[in-house]
Amino acid sequence: MKNSNKPIIVCRDVHKWFGDFHALRGIDMEVQQGEVIVIFGPSGSGKSTFIRTINRLEEHQRGDIIVDGIELSHDVRNIEKIREETGMVFQQFNLFPHLTVLQNITLAPMWVRKWDKAKAEEKAMELLTRVGIPEQAAKYPGQLSGGQQQRVAIARALAMEPKIMLFDEPTSALDPEMIKEVLDVMIELARSGMTMLVVTHEMGFARAVADRMFFFDKGEIVESGTPKELFASPKEQRTKLFLSQILHH
Amino acid sequence: MAAVTDIKPPLSERPSPLGWARKYLFNSLGNSLLTIFSIWLIYTVGIGLLRWVFTQAEWQVIATNLRLILLGQYPIAQVWRIWLSLLLLAFLIGNSLAIWGKAGKTAKRFGAGLVAFPLLLALTAIGAESRGWLVGLSAMLILGWYLGRPATRTLRRVVAVGWFIWPPIFLILLRGTTPAEGVLPIVGTNLWGGLLLTFLLTVVGIVFSFPLGVFLALGRRSELRIVRWFSIGYIELIRGVPLISILFMAQLMLPLFLPAGITIDRVIRAMVGITLFSAAYLAENVRGGLQAIPKGQFEAAHAMGLNGLQTMSLIVLPQALRLVIPILVGQFIALFKDTALVAIVGLLDIVGIAKTVLAQPDFLGLQREVYAFVSLLYWVFSYAMSYVAQRLEISLGVGQR
Ligand SMILES: Nc1ncnc2c1ncn2[C@@H]1O[C@H](COP(=O)(O)OP(=O)(O)OP(=O)(O)O)[C@@H](O)[C@H]1O
Ligand SMILES: [Mg+2]
Repeated sequence: MKNSNKPIIVCRDVHKWFGDFHALRGIDMEVQQGEVIVIFGPSGSGKSTFIRTINRLEEHQRGDIIVDGIELSHDVRNIEKIREETGMVFQQFNLFPHLTVLQNITLAPMWVRKWDKAKAEEKAMELLTRVGIPEQAAKYPGQLSGGQQQRVAIARALAMEPKIMLFDEPTSALDPEMIKEVLDVMIELARSGMTMLVVTHEMGFARAVADRMFFFDKGEIVESGTPKELFASPKEQRTKLFLSQILHH
Repeated sequence: MAAVTDIKPPLSERPSPLGWARKYLFNSLGNSLLTIFSIWLIYTVGIGLLRWVFTQAEWQVIATNLRLILLGQYPIAQVWRIWLSLLLLAFLIGNSLAIWGKAGKTAKRFGAGLVAFPLLLALTAIGAESRGWLVGLSAMLILGWYLGRPATRTLRRVVAVGWFIWPPIFLILLRGTTPAEGVLPIVGTNLWGGLLLTFLLTVVGIVFSFPLGVFLALGRRSELRIVRWFSIGYIELIRGVPLISILFMAQLMLPLFLPAGITIDRVIRAMVGITLFSAAYLAENVRGGLQAIPKGQFEAAHAMGLNGLQTMSLIVLPQALRLVIPILVGQFIALFKDTALVAIVGLLDIVGIAKTVLAQPDFLGLQREVYAFVSLLYWVFSYAMSYVAQRLEISLGVGQR
């Protein structure tokens, strides 16, 4: 699925400040269509901030971000177009508690893509089957387990038929026994050719499906490479130390 | 389950009257004294009150002026128009209970209470004609209930539309359209009074201050500086002055903003004042609800491409408003009682009518009877509102997620 001519995401020298605090210090990254990228690094290193700049949940202040040929600028129309092409899955699920599972999933296709209800519901049921919980369609999010909620969140993001999926620590709020059910869905998605940027410390997932990994520290990319390269022979001392910490505890 | 509940508590735990009293009334020396003191207090006040109600009070003043207290000087010959509107309303309520109450137990019990209420009133000392209308109200409730039971989709739509067109129909019937000789002669607002006027002021206040308050709450959070400053300025200004001064200003200053030759009548001026006042408080309450919505909800909505308006109307407001329903109900009940202040600017709401009744030579010195009855009226409707709201909150699952 790799098409090395035209990257689907281009980030050039991206900087972000929170007040005086320099949270992103010149991030460069190009992602090809169909690539699975894993981003990891210590807490506060700017991983969330970085993937949230890609769909403008955070505004970057210097550098360029180009998603699917659209430049991210102050133009609201561009921002909305990019958001339609990117799905996002959050650590805290962020499902809409006042809507049923089915309504959570059909909302954006109906209001943003202007699909009719029948089409949106058909798509929603197809996705719920794909993530393994079609029988929960009529329930409210509060009635589901964490793992089920996160799978609904994935289905909800996929319902817009995005070209890119962003995941911000999708399993860190889950009890251990539910992590696998969510990772399985993500692995299946990765193998189906979806372009994915995943912030995670699940190294099993990275080993199984990541094409490249990026190690973030203090707002910079310290090192990147294939999982093989990084696990076997990290070049930087900081990467080595961090990997040994998360792999042996 | 049955087997478990069938086991009776141990003998020592079974409440005997004496045991109950010891546990809940006399469980320590201090509490026993408190209990005895409370009983004494309730007894003295209660006896005094009962003696007054049944042997001393002259209730004739209420019976004579009942129509005035309920409707003001609305012409007797036209009162059928109000009854007709009420019949329609009863029909709609019966319909809605059957449809949205899913003909369940709560809806049935509630409906039965509503049917019984007019019948009970019909038993009191009122004219034969009113009695007929009251029985009609109960009949319409029952009719509406039976016709609403199929609860089909079309029926739902029709009833929903019915709720929207009822208020204008009511207002048209109330005010009339033709000159004096026609079928619906115009009845000027100067003749609207009593409970009728109190209700109108309340309902208009609620219906118009709700959207206005929501806009102000959103405006206060807007990124457009002008909109935010305006909203903050408005809210803080209004909340800093008493309603009575706003009512006076509405009476005296509103005409200054209108082109010469156009006058709006006093009732509408009062409605404007009440609406503007209520909107500021509503905005603050709604803002509380908005603040309780986690940032993640906005982010999830934006991330999937919803624009600002869609995010607000589909995701944030429905959750925020549901959170503040109990507070808003409290605010609306307070508004109902606050409308009594219009009596001071000369309108003849319940309190205004009470004052005119007491000014008549026949009824001098009967303040106690009149104001006791007025208070009772306010209490009955306030309590009914809060009771209905509680039931509604339970069935809507307010406060649960
Ligand atoms: N809205 C904000 N205002 C101010 N500072 C912020 C804000 N969001 C993040 N930061 C700061 O920016 C830095 C990077 O935060 P970020 O959330 O991107 O880290 P992270 O790598 O995702 O960490 P974690 O693993 O804890 O999620 C942190 O030091 C954080 O305190
Ligand atoms: Mg993070």
